[in-house]
This record gives sequence, structure tokens and C-alpha cells, in this order.
Amino acid sequence: MSQKSSFEPLPVELKQDNKKLGNVPFRLEYDAHKKGGSWWVPIISIIVALMICAVFILFNGMNPITVYGKMLAGAFGSSFGISETIVKAIPLLLCGLGVAIAYKIAIWNIGAEGQFILGAIGATAVTIFLPNLPGALYIPVMMVVGFAAGAIWGLCTAIPRTYFQVNELISSLMLNYIALLLLDYLVYGPWRDPQGFNFPGTQEFTPYQLLASLGGTRLHFGLIFALAAVILFAFFLAKTRWGYELRLLGANPVAAKNAGINITKHILIVMMISGGLAGFAGAIEVSGVAGRLMYGISPGYGYTAIIVAWLAKLNPWGMIITSVFIGSLIVGGYSVQTIGLPSSFSNMLQGAILFCLIGGEMLSKFKLKKVD
Amino acid sequence: MEIIPLIIAAAISGGTSLLFAVLGGILNEKAGVINLGTEGIMLIGAVMSAIVFIQTNNLFITLAVVLIATGFLGLLHAFLCITLRANQTVSGLAITLFGTGLSAYLGKSVAGVPIPVSIPKVELDWLDAIPIIGQIFSGLDIFIWLSIALSIILYVYMYKTAWGLHLKAVGDNPSTSDAMGISVAAYRYFHVIAGSMLMGVAGFYLIMVYSPNWIEGMTSGRGWIAIALIIFARWNPIYALFGAYFFGGLDSLGFRMQIYEFNIPSYFLKMIPYAATIFILMFIGWKNRNKPSVEPKSLGNPYFREQRL
Repeated sequence: MSQKSSFEPLPVELKQDNKKLGNVPFRLEYDAHKKGGSWWVPIISIIVALMICAVFILFNGMNPITVYGKMLAGAFGSSFGISETIVKAIPLLLCGLGVAIAYKIAIWNIGAEGQFILGAIGATAVTIFLPNLPGALYIPVMMVVGFAAGAIWGLCTAIPRTYFQVNELISSLMLNYIALLLLDYLVYGPWRDPQGFNFPGTQEFTPYQLLASLGGTRLHFGLIFALAAVILFAFFLAKTRWGYELRLLGANPVAAKNAGINITKHILIVMMISGGLAGFAGAIEVSGVAGRLMYGISPGYGYTAIIVAWLAKLNPWGMIITSVFIGSLIVGGYSVQTIGLPSSFSNMLQGAILFCLIGGEMLSKFKLKKVD
Repeated sequence: MEIIPLIIAAAISGGTSLLFAVLGGILNEKAGVINLGTEGIMLIGAVMSAIVFIQTNNLFITLAVVLIATGFLGLLHAFLCITLRANQTVSGLAITLFGTGLSAYLGKSVAGVPIPVSIPKVELDWLDAIPIIGQIFSGLDIFIWLSIALSIILYVYMYKTAWGLHLKAVGDNPSTSDAMGISVAAYRYFHVIAGSMLMGVAGFYLIMVYSPNWIEGMTSGRGWIAIALIIFARWNPIYALFGAYFFGGLDSLGFRMQIYEFNIPSYFLKMIPYAATIFILMFIGWKNRNKPSVEPKSLGNPYFREQRL
């Protein structure tokens, strides 16, 4: 009886769209084909997000301008701040490239965190299980093993996805928790430094196992690796047949399938690269920054990388800028702790930025149109 | 055999929070909107419960605030996905990232403070006479019964009422529903907001009953397990009931096995629910490889009238 409505004639509502704004001679029209936004959308999104978070700062009884000023000064105000910002940007850039390549073909890898941790574990395993390697070989072997460990963790997401239709979002996130527990097990258990006064970490690496630093700062050779990865990423995507197939697959999977592109193979390869880049970042982090594997080796780089990638609209060159920007938020977040804001403030700010970004990107697809 | 009722009781108390979240997720997805913000919404629900309850000591006000706060997050997701037609996956991820950050920020003042709460329990004395069932079911708290009732109500709503059929139509084929005169946007908005509120209740239950003090990121992936459970339950609220208890059982298994001192490090026991999620999803995928999917057919696709097919 209550289904009666389905038999009523089509409502006239369909024609009413033009009248919705009353006498205003304009209406908002959505244009799905309009290329979503341009370079100014991310900038405006960041400004709006800063304003939203300013409200929360006011609730905390502080002056937002002071807080943001403090963050800015912390991140860029000293040479130490700048080098710290870039040190944070390196893993973000590599993980961001990793997730971006997966997002290009609509594989929602959110497991960069776990892949990062596995990379760190893999690189550390080299130092523990191969103690007598010739010194010069350590860094290359550690990097390769780190990449491979991340790639295998990526495959653990890709194989269920391709052969068992398991949603990759869920599996990659579950693997993050498993990786985190594995890390905790290792650094509290078998790998803990016996002379470490119960500190949850492995023995410190020997000098051969550390990445060379750049110019006596905390900056390390990983910066070069990360920039090289950007160039390779951009080159392969734009100039090779494989990159073309990926772009086609991302733009129109049905057309790609009809064109004879092997989707399964692409997903497997892309997830290996995606995980591998995050694992590479993990290997660089242990040998370039931490100097050992320890508890909490990643302060959420894998998740933050998602924002880095989206803020740059998956563009590798743009990610250089966005990773430095997000790196500065993290470093700035540390410096506002001194005036009583929790460091999680920068996480909140990142979430708000992502919100405003996707909202802004879609809003920019609407345009005002004159009603005849 | 004292252990069987104990395990089942643990499964029920561990699964109830999951159940609320799964039911919320089913409401979202039935309307055709993926809500990956579950984890963030649960965290906001939990932290708001902690803050408001410590301030007011009143369960009703706490629940009301949780519903408003998480309903607002749902509104945000709905606005982005339905009105602005943003990518639902990214919007959900944004909610989770924002919710995780915001909850840690807000919860700083109540972190680790024990919450002196006692949830009213339903004593069923006449059940005590029956051996196992009596031990399990008498003395469950009121929210467990509420969640069981809710699964049944939602089942009836979805499969036995005209509204529920409209909901299915909106999730499967919005353009046809639109032609029928159903407001797609209204249905989607309503169910996304209501579903998000249920996820908020999941956070509320987690902190009020399951582990009564606020810890940063205390949901530890339960929101994501709930999303996996939607698939496990095949979008059916009654299956969700059993799925949630099954995972609740796995969750508390980690705790229990530590007590019996098996020679397995606790870290590996804690991995069980996460690994099980992946393996069960793989099993479901393999088992249903030749069957048509029961997933709402327009799940994840924004609808706009000007471009309908």
C-alpha cells in the first residue's frame, strides 16, 4: 500500500531545476568533464583548513596567529628547522610516490605505513643477519632488501585483490597493524639491544650501515634517492609504453581491458612498486635518520603520504612541494608543543586540509551559468 | 565446562561495538555511499563520550552529544559525496585522518582518566535456571540488547517495508528511483547521517563498556574490521550480528590466550583479528567467485540527474 507512490505519474520536479534560485538569473551548473580545478585549489584549501583549525585553537584559549607563526618559525625559521623539515619530507615524498602510482590505477593502497615498517625491518635484518659483509656493500644491500620487503608487503595486498576480489583498502590497512605488531615484537623481543637499558630498539648501526649525511647536517643521502625517484616516476609515467598503459587503465579500465591490457599483471606490478617505494623509505629512515630500528620508527608517514599525494594531485613534481609543506607541518607541530598544544594538532590540520581539498576540487567543477 | 559460556560472553561484549559500526556501515552502503570514515567517526564518538561523561556524569547527555557530533561528521561526508560528488573513498579517508587527529587533540585532557560509568544491566533471573544460556544472557548490559534489537529492526526495515525497498532501489539504481519519484539525495543524506551516528554509538560503547578510559587511537582498526564485516555479512543486518560476535570472539581470544600462558608472544596473538579479516575476505571472494555480487550496484558512484543513463 505504501508503495503506491511508485505508480504515481512522474513528478514535475524534473523541470523545476531552473527555478530553484527564484529570481536570480544565475544557477550553479555541474560540469563533470571540466578538469577539476587548477593550481589555486590546493592553496585555497590549505587556507580554509588553517581557518577551520584556528577555531579549535581559539577553543583552546590561544591566539591562532601566534600558533601558526610559531609553527612557521619552527619549520623554516632556522637552518636546523629547515633541515628537519626536509628530513621529514624525504620519507613522505617516497611514500607519496608509492601511493600515487597505485592511485593512478584506482588501487587504494593505504598500507604505506606497514610497507614502510617492513622496509625498515628488512634493512635492519641485513645488519643483524649479515654482520660480516664488506663495508661498502651494506648500504646497497640494505636498500635493496628494504625495497623488496616493502614490495612483498605490497604483494600481500595485491594478490588477495587480484585473485580473491578482496578490497585492497581493508587488506592493506590490516597489514599495517600486523606490521606494527611485528615491529613491536622485534624491538621488545629478539632484536632488542642487550646493552640498551631496556630501550625498545636494536643495536646502533655501524658507520658503514649509515647513509652519508649531506654537509654535516641531519640531512642525508636519502634526499638524492628521493629526488631520483621523482624523476624516474615522471619519466616512466609520461614516456614509456608501460606508463601509457597505466594512464589508460586509470582513465578507463573498460577501454584498457578491451585494448588487451593485462589488468592483473599491472595491479601486481604497481603494488610491488608502491610497496617497494614505501619500503625503500623505511630503509632510508633507519639508516639515514634513526641509525637503528626502534619502537615507533614511523610517526604515521604512510598515512600522511596519502595527503602528500592528493595535495599534489598525484603529480610527482608537485609532490616535492607538498612533501616539504607537510614536513613543515610536522616539524611545526613539534614546536607548538612548547606552548601547550598537543602534537596531534598537526594531524588534525592535515585531515582538514584533505577535506577542504576534495571539497574545493569538486566545487571548482561547478560554474555559474546564466539562465535564459 | 565453564569455558564455553565465558568465551561466548566475551565474544558478545567484544562484538557489540563492532556490531553498531557494521550496522551503520550497512545503512551507508545500502544507500550507495561507501563510508570509509568509520574508524575516525568511532574515535570521535569515543572521545566525545569520555569528555562529556567526565563533565556531566549523565549517560543521556553523553549519548546525545555523541549522536550530534558524529551525525555532523556524517553530514560532512554526505555533503562531499552527494552534493559535491566527491570521490567517496578519498572523502572517507579524509574523515578517518581528521577524526584520528581531532580525537587525539580533544582527548589530551582526558587521556588515561578512568571513566566511572555503570551501564544499566538487564537481569533476567528466570534464565539463570537454564545452564549455559542463563550464564550467557542474564546480566547483559542494556546496549547489547539494544544492538540485537537494532539488527532485527534494521532487517525488517530493509527487507520488509516499502522504505527499505526504496533504499535498495536508491543503492542499486538511483536513476530509476529518481524516475519513480524517490528523492535520491534525501535517502542518501538520511542514511549516511544515521549510519554515521551508529558508528558514533560504536565508539560510545567501546569506551563506556569495553575499555573505559580514553587512549589515543583506541579503536585500533575496529572501524576497518567493521567495513570488512559489511562484506562478510553480505549487507544483511542479521548476518552482521553473527559476524560481529565472531570477530568479537577473535578479539578477546588474544586476551584470553595470554592468561593460559601459551608459548606464543602476545604480539602474534594480537595479530589474529587482522590476519583473520584478510583470510576470511579471501575465502568469501573465492567461495563467491562465480556468484553475482550482492553489493549495492551503484556503490561508490555519485548520482546526478543531468548525466543519468
